[in-house]
Order: sequence, then C-alpha cells, then structure tokens
Amino acid sequence: MVEKLRFRDPHLARHVAQKIHDLAPKEGTVKICHVCGTHEWTVTHFGIRSLLPSNVEVIAGPGCPVCIVPASEIDEAVQLAQKDVVVTCFGDVLRVPGSKMSLLDARADGADVRVVYSVGDAVKMAENETSKEFVFFAVGFETTSPSTAVEIVSKPPENLSFLISHRLIPPAMKLLVEMKDLNLNGFIAPGHVSTIIGLKPYEIFPKTYYMPTVVAGFEPLDILFGIYMIVKQLKEGKIRLENEYVRAVHWEGNVKAQELIQTAFDVVDGSWRGLGTILSSKLMLKSKYAAYDAISKHHVKVQNGVDIQHGCRCHLVVVGKIRPTECPLFMKACTPQKPVGACMVSSEGTCRIWARTVGK
Amino acid sequence: MCLAIPAKVVSLKEDRARVDFGEGVLREVNVTLVSVKIGDYVLVHAGFAIQVLDEKEASETLQLWNELLEVGAETKQ
Repeated sequence: MVEKLRFRDPHLARHVAQKIHDLAPKEGTVKICHVCGTHEWTVTHFGIRSLLPSNVEVIAGPGCPVCIVPASEIDEAVQLAQKDVVVTCFGDVLRVPGSKMSLLDARADGADVRVVYSVGDAVKMAENETSKEFVFFAVGFETTSPSTAVEIVSKPPENLSFLISHRLIPPAMKLLVEMKDLNLNGFIAPGHVSTIIGLKPYEIFPKTYYMPTVVAGFEPLDILFGIYMIVKQLKEGKIRLENEYVRAVHWEGNVKAQELIQTAFDVVDGSWRGLGTILSSKLMLKSKYAAYDAISKHHVKVQNGVDIQHGCRCHLVVVGKIRPTECPLFMKACTPQKPVGACMVSSEGTCRIWARTVGK
Repeated sequence: MCLAIPAKVVSLKEDRARVDFGEGVLREVNVTLVSVKIGDYVLVHAGFAIQVLDEKEASETLQLWNELLEVGAETKQ
C-alpha cells in the first residue's frame, strides 16, 4: 500500500520537473514557501531545488517547532530541572539553547532530564515513580498537540504537570505572507499538520492574500507535484487552495483531535524565537486543567530570554530571508556537534538539514 | 518533530494498537485519535496514530499524476 518507490519514481519526477519548466514564467521570480521541517528535508535530501528553473525558488519558513521555541521557555524547562523535578522532553529539544544553557547542559550539571518518544512515556514514568515530580515539556505544532491533549483530559497522575509550548502554524503563515520584503508567490502547506486541522484554516491565503496554497505530502514527487500545481495556478491566474496529499489529508481534518485540542487548551498570543509575538499562535492549558500547569505548580519565574546569540542569523533563516550558507557562523562556529542557533539543533531545523547535505 | 511514519495495524486492544512499520519493526501506539481496524494503514507521530491512510486515494494519486503528465503508458507498471 505504501508504495514508496512509486512515489519516488525518477522517470515521473523528470516529467514533472519538465512541466514546471514549461509553465514557469520566463521573467521574474516565483518564490514558494513551505513551513515544515520534513518538507525541507525532502527538498534538500533529494536535490529538488536543482530540478527547478533558476527563477523558481523554494524557501523554508518556520516549520521546525523546536527551532521556534523561545529561549524563555527553554529557561523555564531548565529552571524546572534545577528544582529537582524530572523534565521529560522529545530528543531534539534537549540541545536547544536557552539564554544561558540547554536542557542537556542542565543534565550534565546533575539534573534529571529524560528523553521520551511520546507523552505517554512521561505518564508511565510518573505512574511508576510516584515519589518524584515529573514535567512533560510539550513542544510541537498541531501534529503533536492532540497527543498532549489526550493525556491531559485523561486525568494524568498528580505528580505529572505540563510545560506547554505548542504553537499553531496558520498564524505564522499569515505573518510570512504579510512580510512585504519576503514577496511570496505561493505556499506549500504542511501535510502532517493538515491531517489534524484539515484545509479550512488555509482558505484565507488564496481568498484574502491571492496566494496559491497547496497541501503536499513528503515524498519527492509530492513536493514536485505541489510546486507544479502552484506554478500552474499562477500561469492560469486561477488562485485557489488545493490538496495534493489526498491519501492522508481530508477537508475536515481529524475532528476528534481538533475537539481534544479545544477541550484542553485556549489559544493565546505567543512568542516565536527570532520572530517576536504572533497573535493567536500559542496554546495554553484551560483553567479547568490549571492544576497540571508546571509553571504555577513549581513556581517558575524567568526573565526575558536571549533568543539569538551574537552573530547567529537564525531569525533570518527561519523565515527564509537568507539561506543557511549565508550565515557567517554556518559550519564554522555553528555545527551539528556544537550548535549556536536553534536551527542547527533539531533534525528538522533548516541549518541542520543543510549541514548534512549542502555543508558536507 | 512533525515527522509521521506510515504503519500497518496488526492488533488492537482498547486505545492501543500494535503496528508494523515494516522490516520487522513493531511498536505499540495510542489510537485514541482515530477509528481503525486491523489491516488499516495509519500515520504514526510521537506514539499516536494521527490519521488513517486511504489506500484508494494513494493509488488514485499515482494514476492522476501519470494521467496529468501524459506519461501513463511509459511509467505505469
């Protein structure tokens, strides 16, 4: 069923690329933005940019949920870890720099910081070690927040609380489209976020901003076909919302997941690393679940965080204003082994992805 | 982080399913977010099945690509 090889058929890929060349304008630039780290991995790993006309550009937006966690929220997690609370988190959160240290640094200093595969693992740990206090550091976009919501509404153990860092993708796309100096011509919308939220939240982009928007999957042909659909819309002047990833994304999305998100969380304004505050872009626990809020439970207090270290260009990379190779620190002071900026930490960070291929 | 991997449901018990990621990799995942039966393919993210994959749509996508690009006869196998 999952015919991976057929979704990577090089013969078909060459034909799609040729169609993109045929449809692309002869003058001017077409700038297409995706907002998903996994899309960037596919684009870079399979050399998709090299198949496109020179005036069709694919840029990576803020699609790595780990990269955009502000330093202040890493600082909160570090402070919790230093209070003899067991902090559980996904593996790629571990090395994200806070203002002064990462969770990995805190662990090196003796704090109990544990990597989990799922929020369910954190629940099990808390159930098995009742004498300890646990916190789950909940990072991720709409793909991940339903799983946190499942555990919150299922009455997790009393010795487990949550540091909620979940963010929403459509408000960040709105920020990008309103950045006049970015001059976008189309969006490839994130496939897995869309399995949850469906297509409706993207309607605003073609309707209000006249921006071709295509939800795409993660195989090389998915992305090439998404680019083809955008270039075709531009050529024909028929701007609309389309779904290329029909095998996983339905118009209504995952309604059960959406209901769980609404049950557990309120939507508030949120700070994104390097981007500042984005309106209605962050989830926070509803008041009925306040007992599970790690910040108030453990009296955490942090000052304003330092998001961008000296010389780091993550704030420009994360919105596609520069390529990682245009940052003076890339693969010099900032490497996957010793990252300076958050974009070099997670396997979905643009700099980290480029380091594995372009930077070799 | 938003990576989701397709897997086949091989057994079910309440909100838990054992899924096969292929090549012998089996794992228990939470299926609270989806309605599944044994034999379905699901997308798994961070220990949770987040969506059921549509086999019919998958094959139709491939067919559509071939037709739209008018290269059907050469690439269909």
